[in-house]
Amino acid sequence: MQIQQLSVFIENKPGRLAEITEVLAEAGVDIRAISVADTSDFGILRVIVDRPKEAVLALREHGMTVSLTNVLAVGIPDDKGAFAKVIRILANAGIDVEYVYAFVSRDKGKAYVIIRTDKSARAAEVLTEKGIELLTGEALYNM
Amino acid sequence: MNYYNPEIECADRETLRKIQSERLVKIVHKCYENVPLYKKRFDEIGLKPEDIHGIEDITKLPFTTKTDLRDTYPFGLFAVPRTELARIHASSGTTGKQTVVGYTKQDLKVWATCAARSIVGVGGTKDDFVHVSYGYGLFTGGLGLHYGAEELGATAIPVSSGNTARQVQILQDYGSDILCCTPSYAMYIGETVRDKGIDPKSLRLRAGIFGAEPWTEEMRREIERLLDIKAYDIYGLSEIAGPGVSCECKEQNGMHINEDFFYPEVIDPVTGEPLPDGEYGELVFTCIGKEALPLIRYRTRDICALNHEKCACGRTTVRMCKPRGRTDDMLIIRGINVFPSQIESVLLDLGMDPNYQLIVDRQNNLDTLEVQVEMNESMFSDTVRNLEAVKKQIASALQSTLNIVAKIRLLEPKSIQRSEGKAKRVIDKRSL
Repeated sequence: MQIQQLSVFIENKPGRLAEITEVLAEAGVDIRAISVADTSDFGILRVIVDRPKEAVLALREHGMTVSLTNVLAVGIPDDKGAFAKVIRILANAGIDVEYVYAFVSRDKGKAYVIIRTDKSARAAEVLTEKGIELLTGEALYNM
Repeated sequence: MNYYNPEIECADRETLRKIQSERLVKIVHKCYENVPLYKKRFDEIGLKPEDIHGIEDITKLPFTTKTDLRDTYPFGLFAVPRTELARIHASSGTTGKQTVVGYTKQDLKVWATCAARSIVGVGGTKDDFVHVSYGYGLFTGGLGLHYGAEELGATAIPVSSGNTARQVQILQDYGSDILCCTPSYAMYIGETVRDKGIDPKSLRLRAGIFGAEPWTEEMRREIERLLDIKAYDIYGLSEIAGPGVSCECKEQNGMHINEDFFYPEVIDPVTGEPLPDGEYGELVFTCIGKEALPLIRYRTRDICALNHEKCACGRTTVRMCKPRGRTDDMLIIRGINVFPSQIESVLLDLGMDPNYQLIVDRQNNLDTLEVQVEMNESMFSDTVRNLEAVKKQIASALQSTLNIVAKIRLLEPKSIQRSEGKAKRVIDKRSL
C-alpha cells in the first residue's frame, strides 16, 4: 500500500524547477502527481512518478539531492466530508499528518490525495480497517 | 629512547630562558652588524643592540614580515657571506614572489637535530626505516626529514613524492617503520593500500609524521584507520628552518616547539601586542639559533595558541596548537575574530561535509554573516520542518561555540564554485 514519493532539494533560483522536470522528461519518466513546498530560500519538490528507481538515478546523475519517502495515495469519493473522514481516522489513531496534496485521475467522481504521515505503515492499517480505498504502487504507477 | 636531547627538551624554564637570552643577544648584534634592513629598522626606532639584555626584551624588537623577504629577494636578509652557505631552499611562490632561504653548515645541523627530536618524539629510534615521501628539492619537506633520520642514526628512504604504487611496494618490501609526507598524500597512500586489498596490519609501518598543509582531526583518524598507524602533526616553515620547528609527541596534544632555536610568541595580529598562553593570535618566531637567516620576530601569519604547561610525555618545551588558519583569512565580524577553519570544524562536528561558503556583508552599519552549506543526502529530508531544524542546528552551534550570529542558507550540492579543486571560502562584500 505504500507509494514511493521522490523528494528533491531545490534552491530558489529561476529556471530550477524547469531543469529538474526536464531531467525527468529526458529519462522518459511520467509524473503522476506533483507538489512544491517552499520557504524563503529553498524548496522541496515532491513527485510521484511511474518509475521511481529510474527517476532517482537520473536526478542523482545530474547532481541533485533526492530521497525516497513512503506516502499513501488515498481514494476520496466526490461526497461532502469524505476527506474530513479520512483525516479524522488518522487523528483518532494518533497519527500526525506532515503534508497532503491532491491530484486528479481519469476516473470520474473520484479524487486522490497523497498523505505523508509520521507512521505510514500504521496509517495504511487503520485506513484499510475503516474501508478507505488505498491505491497500490502498481495501480498508481500504471494509471 | 624517549628524548633526543633530554637536557633541552626536559629542561626547567630557568635553564631554557638562560639559553634563549644568551642566543637572542648574540643574534641581535649579528643582525645589526650584517643585515642592512635590520640596521635601518633599529636606527629608525633608536634601538641599540646593547638595549637587548635578555629574552624579556624581545618585545622591543621590530617585526619581520614575508614582504621584507620578498623586498630583499633573493639574499638581502642573509647575515653571512654567500661563501658560508651550505644550502639554499625556496618557497613555492604560489602566493607571490618566491622567498629564498639559506643555511650554513651549522644551521643544517640545528635543523637536522630538530627533525631528529621530532622523529624520537613520535617513538622513532635509530633502528627505524624512515620512509620520506615529501618532495625533495627546493621544498624543505623531503631533505628536512631525510637529514633528521640520518642525524638520529635511523635509515632514511628517500622515496620522494609520486608513484603511489611504488610507495606501497616499498612500504611492503622494505618494511618502512615511519612514513613522512603531507597528510593528503598519506590519505592517498592509505586508500591505495586498501584498494590493493593489502591488510595494513601486515605492514611494519607504525607511525606517520605529516605536515606542510592544514589538516583536521577527522583526517587524522581516517589516516590512522586506513594505515593502522599513529599519525602525528609536524610544523615548520622554510623561513624559520623547515619541518621540525615543532612536532607532536606520543601524547598527540600540541606540538613541542624547539624553543632553544626558535623562540615563539603569539601576538594580536592587529595591535602587535603579545598574548598570554591559551589565547589565539599570530605566531611569531625569532631564529635565535641560526646563522645564515636569523630572522627577528618573523610573523608567520599562522593563527595559533601556546601552552607552557609541562607535557605528560615529560617534555617542558612550549607546545603550540594546530594552526587554526591564516591571519590573511581572519574575518572580523561585529568585532569578533572568526576563521573559516573554525566554522569548518563546527560543521564537521555536526557530521556535515565541509562544503561551505561565507558571505560577509554590512547592512545598516552592522556586519552580517551568511553561512552557505551544501546539502547532501544524509542531511536532506522531504519535510520543511526537518530542513529548518538543520539550519537551526548549525546556527545555534555557531552561536554557542564561536559566539557569532549567522544566517544559514542551504544550497544544492556542488553549487559552490570550485577552482583547482579548492573552493573559495569567503566572499566579503563589505567595502571597508
